[in-house]
Amino acid sequence: MSQFAINLLFVGGSFALYIGIAIWARAGSTKDFYVAGGGVHPVTNGMATAADWMSAASFISMAGLLASGGYANSTFLMGWTGGYVILAMLLAPYLRKFGKFTVPDFIGDRFYSKTARIVAVICLIVASVTYVIGQMTGAGVAFSRFLEVPSSLGIWIAAAIVFLYAVFGGMKGITYTQVAQYIVLIIAYTIPAVFIALQLTGNPIPMFGMFSTHSESGVPLLAKLNDVINALGFQDYTADVDNKLNMVLFTLSLMIGTAGLPHVIIRFFTVPKVADARWSAGWALVFIALLYLTAPAVGSMARLNLATTVFPEMAGQVEDYDAAAEEALVYEERPDWIRTWEETGLLTFEDLNDDGRIQMYNDANPEFESEAEERGWEGNELTVNNDILVLANPEIANLPGWVVGLIAAGGIAAALSTAAGLLLAISSAISHDLIKNTINPNITEKGEMLAARISMAGAILLATYLGLNPPGFAAQTVALAFGIAAASLFPALMMGIFSTRINSKGAIAGMLAGLIATLLYIFTYLGWFFVPGTNMLPNTPEHWIIGISPLSFGAVGAMINFAVAYAVSTATEEPPQEIQDLVHSVRYPKGAGAAVDH
Amino acid sequence: MADDKTNAAEYWKANVRLITGCLIVWAFVSYGCAILFRPLLSGIPVGGTDLGFWFAQQGSILTFIGLIFFYAWKMNKLDQKFGLGE
Repeated sequence: MSQFAINLLFVGGSFALYIGIAIWARAGSTKDFYVAGGGVHPVTNGMATAADWMSAASFISMAGLLASGGYANSTFLMGWTGGYVILAMLLAPYLRKFGKFTVPDFIGDRFYSKTARIVAVICLIVASVTYVIGQMTGAGVAFSRFLEVPSSLGIWIAAAIVFLYAVFGGMKGITYTQVAQYIVLIIAYTIPAVFIALQLTGNPIPMFGMFSTHSESGVPLLAKLNDVINALGFQDYTADVDNKLNMVLFTLSLMIGTAGLPHVIIRFFTVPKVADARWSAGWALVFIALLYLTAPAVGSMARLNLATTVFPEMAGQVEDYDAAAEEALVYEERPDWIRTWEETGLLTFEDLNDDGRIQMYNDANPEFESEAEERGWEGNELTVNNDILVLANPEIANLPGWVVGLIAAGGIAAALSTAAGLLLAISSAISHDLIKNTINPNITEKGEMLAARISMAGAILLATYLGLNPPGFAAQTVALAFGIAAASLFPALMMGIFSTRINSKGAIAGMLAGLIATLLYIFTYLGWFFVPGTNMLPNTPEHWIIGISPLSFGAVGAMINFAVAYAVSTATEEPPQEIQDLVHSVRYPKGAGAAVDH
Repeated sequence: MADDKTNAAEYWKANVRLITGCLIVWAFVSYGCAILFRPLLSGIPVGGTDLGFWFAQQGSILTFIGLIFFYAWKMNKLDQKFGLGE
């Protein structure tokens, strides 16, 4: 069977499963549509949350980020997992006790203000829409690589599948497809990683293999990796970072951004009890960690595999790396996977010194220039897009065709599951917060259901359009999504629970101050609304205020939000008694309202 | 009614204390061991590198999982002790 047929079988099989679930899990009420009826088992919800959270970026890009950045990019690992600790302790159980359907619901009620609700809706929509663009384009890339259809057709197919289960099933359909998608994506990620760990270290568990001995050379894998990439002018994989302040703030921004992202928070509204929300956050992190603990192993091993493919003499015990560097791979003898990926343009070769061999090294390192000149190298000749590491892994490690098919299904599952979660957050904010609670409070249950389905269909169309015509700034918008969630939503939610004194004026002033400060800082370095050339300062470390990068500013924005909200609330009146009672009631699990048994 | 109120206030205080403790550990492993104190821990070798690196790419995540389950377990006991569970 051809590789194409195998890929088609795996992707088609997974789609049949999702459609089957869509037919089985139709939403009968708004409660079904918004919170899957509120009766989802905490472990099931943990698994759905993991799929909801792990996007195309986690599945496809994370290992590549780690491979190229090494220790410095550990920020993503800690940031995107540490957020669940604060979510479990500071937000999820209390918002579950509150017992309504959306994030703006809580902000609107707690701060007894339509303005606060609308500010929250706007923040939610901007954060979620920017985030969903990447999912649609990610699905398009996976389709075009594995199923040989144009990326635009891939995006339409992805949109059609999500439409089927999200419009008819709402949160109920999404929850159970996410569980299936989690299983598909974790198997797809783990199997190649296990094989590669076995090949390189003899240890089948990647997270242990990474810290054990490299079989071929007899030295620890990470030490071997450092030696090899050092000989090519790169800094150590494990090299420390000088700007620790920025590293701390970036990690903190990712953590509180994670905790404040609405599509993650609403998953915890689906469990029956407050205690379940706490357990469920733990399970979610277990399922996420299965991938995140493996990712650094995949990254470091893929980097070593790539380097020793290009410089075969560097693979074993090496006496003299200079001599080994002479024996670079002859281009005409390159392995098949390099040929395959050359066709996609994600991997390119240019023989700069006309020696017919592939030289891959760090030509941006001035200290390495003389060394490279001595070896007769005239620039780096092999450019590899970070994103292909995970996708090409099975081919690099010579794994059978069905593993490649599995990776195709896994990448698409990761993109679809996150897209569906985001789309639900967007559509429920529109149908529930804008239509039901702001514009037309007298809408019937049936009317709201229809509004929810139409909003979902509209959100899917918008996401498809943006996926087909991604704005030029699409790559930078992750900073925007996390910045907004960290600087506006997270502090407002936390203060709403942990303080009885914060009033509507304080909360609104705080959210706006945090949001505006963060946007101004991001736009100063990345351009007004990301339009190239409109930035007021160059985006380089020496121009950042005390070394804080625009990506790390969300944490500072959050501190501004807290400070302004506190100052304004102290200067103005106390919240009314019934609001203070509301705050007390969300703090205690007792009386969380009957939910469906599980 | 007054008893209920003091009971509830005690429960909330105990919860905030527990959260504070957990978040100190959370910050210590991630911002401490993995980032700020990494140079101090560089003498402790772990599989070809140092302890700080291990915390950054493995240890902190494992600690986070432990923290959430510990918190959930402790809170269940608090819910029962104060009679505020569901």
